[in-house]
Amino acid sequence: MTRRVVVVGAGPAGVSAALAAADAGAQVTLVDSAPTVGGQFHRQPAGAGPDKVPGGSRLVEHPRVRLLTDTVVWTVEPLHSGHLVHVRTGQADGPGRHGEALTADALVLATGAYDRALPFPGWDLPGVVTAGAAQALAKGQGIAIGDRVLVAGTGPFLLPVAQSLVGVGAQVVEVLEANGGIRGWTPSALVAGRGKLAELAGYARLLATHRVPYRTRRTVIAAHGEDRVTSVTTAALDREWRVKPGTERRLPVDAVCVGFGFTPQLELAVSARCELVDGFVEVTPTQETSVPGVFAAGELTGIGGADLAAAEGTIAGACAAGQAIPEAALRKARRGRTFAAGLANAYPVRPGWRTWPADDTLVCRCEEVTLGALRTAARERDALGVRSLKLTSRVGLGLCQGRVCGRNAAELAAGYTGGHYDPSDTARRPIAAPLRLGELAEDPEKENT
Amino acid sequence: MNVTVDGEPQPARAGQTVAALLLAAARVSWRDTRAGGRPRGLFCGIGVCFDCLVVVNGIPDVRACQRVVADGDEIRTQHGAELPEARS
Ligand SMILES: Cc1cc2nc3c(=O)[nH]c(=O)nc-3n(C[C@H](O)[C@H](O)[C@H](O)COP(=O)(O)OP(=O)(O)OC[C@H]3O[C@@H](n4cnc5c(N)ncnc54)[C@H](O)[C@@H]3O)c2cc1C
Ligand code: FES
Repeated sequence: MTRRVVVVGAGPAGVSAALAAADAGAQVTLVDSAPTVGGQFHRQPAGAGPDKVPGGSRLVEHPRVRLLTDTVVWTVEPLHSGHLVHVRTGQADGPGRHGEALTADALVLATGAYDRALPFPGWDLPGVVTAGAAQALAKGQGIAIGDRVLVAGTGPFLLPVAQSLVGVGAQVVEVLEANGGIRGWTPSALVAGRGKLAELAGYARLLATHRVPYRTRRTVIAAHGEDRVTSVTTAALDREWRVKPGTERRLPVDAVCVGFGFTPQLELAVSARCELVDGFVEVTPTQETSVPGVFAAGELTGIGGADLAAAEGTIAGACAAGQAIPEAALRKARRGRTFAAGLANAYPVRPGWRTWPADDTLVCRCEEVTLGALRTAARERDALGVRSLKLTSRVGLGLCQGRVCGRNAAELAAGYTGGHYDPSDTARRPIAAPLRLGELAEDPEKENT
Repeated sequence: MNVTVDGEPQPARAGQTVAALLLAAARVSWRDTRAGGRPRGLFCGIGVCFDCLVVVNGIPDVRACQRVVADGDEIRTQHGAELPEARS
């Protein structure tokens, strides 16, 4: 019987996985909540067809691929053999979405990652957004988040964001890298990432042309304004990311984009009971997770960029369809992982960030829990462990379910109590995407299977 | 395409997200928080953070960064936690 493979996420990893599995003879369903394929890296302007994405045309024309866009996977349910993938198709968060349950002999999770943001006074003011938000808005909608924009955080991703902002007409006032930049790259990362160096050199030229200063070991430590950001304070950091006194500078801006690396989008992997290591999904060389028949590829398994994600996707797709590991993709994935390890080394998040927020700075944006309240809960109520911390302080109990604050709250609390808080505990959510109450109440028998 | 934002007519393009429409209309915030009443708008941009919630056609808690506008949409500011409007 033909193997049925369901791929969740149509970014570089998911598109490659779908094509590899279909080429290997499987019947593939590729699901993404976005209106079109591409994921974050190949995000297309509104209305663009899939042909703009590498592999996109082949995907739509492939006789064994069914593409389900505008479709969110809200949970996966284990079957005796395989999984049932519950999806809803229709307008985002709208009423009247259409439900379906897809049977998968093998499942490939390629749900990607989102930016990590660290709390500082004023980070909740409108106009302060993640670097990815500015990127998605520029690439997908062709507009700039502001006229005078500061870009701050860590990692090479800040550079394409600055480039996109310039491309949509914003003035980028500064790009601030909290680590040491390219000087932190190890020789093996330089070798594995030599292709990337040309790309980085291109960004450097662009910043020079537009007179955008790129400063290392500096970041934004406060955003100011009443109902929106109107200025920021930036400061130099020591190696542990504590602020160097006397280096503070005030800059007028109307937008700030922050990105301190990425956090994997884990909830489906967690609900499928895949083992995690250091906050990422653990996989074998075939990209199979600890759960037989469930594969993971791309940023879910480690942050390494679009090329690595695509190589992992090819492996996952082929193996999910029952084939041997494609050698060329395996070589690419190995090189990609060496580069990724180098990046992780060069752009870590240092513990000194915990000194940036003030007592009244929100740690949890949804439930509006301040740093002071979190500290009290952790210390006085002895909240050891993520679950008790959530219950005593309400941190992470809001609509985002701890996606934004989970890692930050875990690190802060560990600093207060010396306890161990597993940040991946915050990814234990029964439902990966919000459902309307009416949808939950709907008779599952009515779902068209 | 035409939509309204807090009752005011607003031109819209096919494929535009509600967040892009609001930002293009020079709005940076379109919600206030339940406890502090603080203004919020776009934050993560990709559907993860739930900061950008807005009311569309009487239905609250719609992520503006994910929702693509449709002709005739009535978009309005969301105040704290809202219940869906009764509609026929
Ligand atoms: C906002 C943002 C912008 C970025 N822009 C760039 C860039 O310009 N350049 C760059 O080098 N890197 C960029 N990155 C880094 C990016 O993560 C990688 O380069 C690359 O896109 C990762 O590929 P992936 O296939 O693992 O995941 P992604 O490309 O993130 O794809 C994951 C896909 O899964 C879908 N998905 C997730 N959960 C569900 C669900 N429950 N149901 C249905 N669909 C789901 C998402 O809609 C998404 O399309 C960006 C990251 C973010 C967060
Ligand atoms: S801005 Fe984060 S969900 Fe829309």
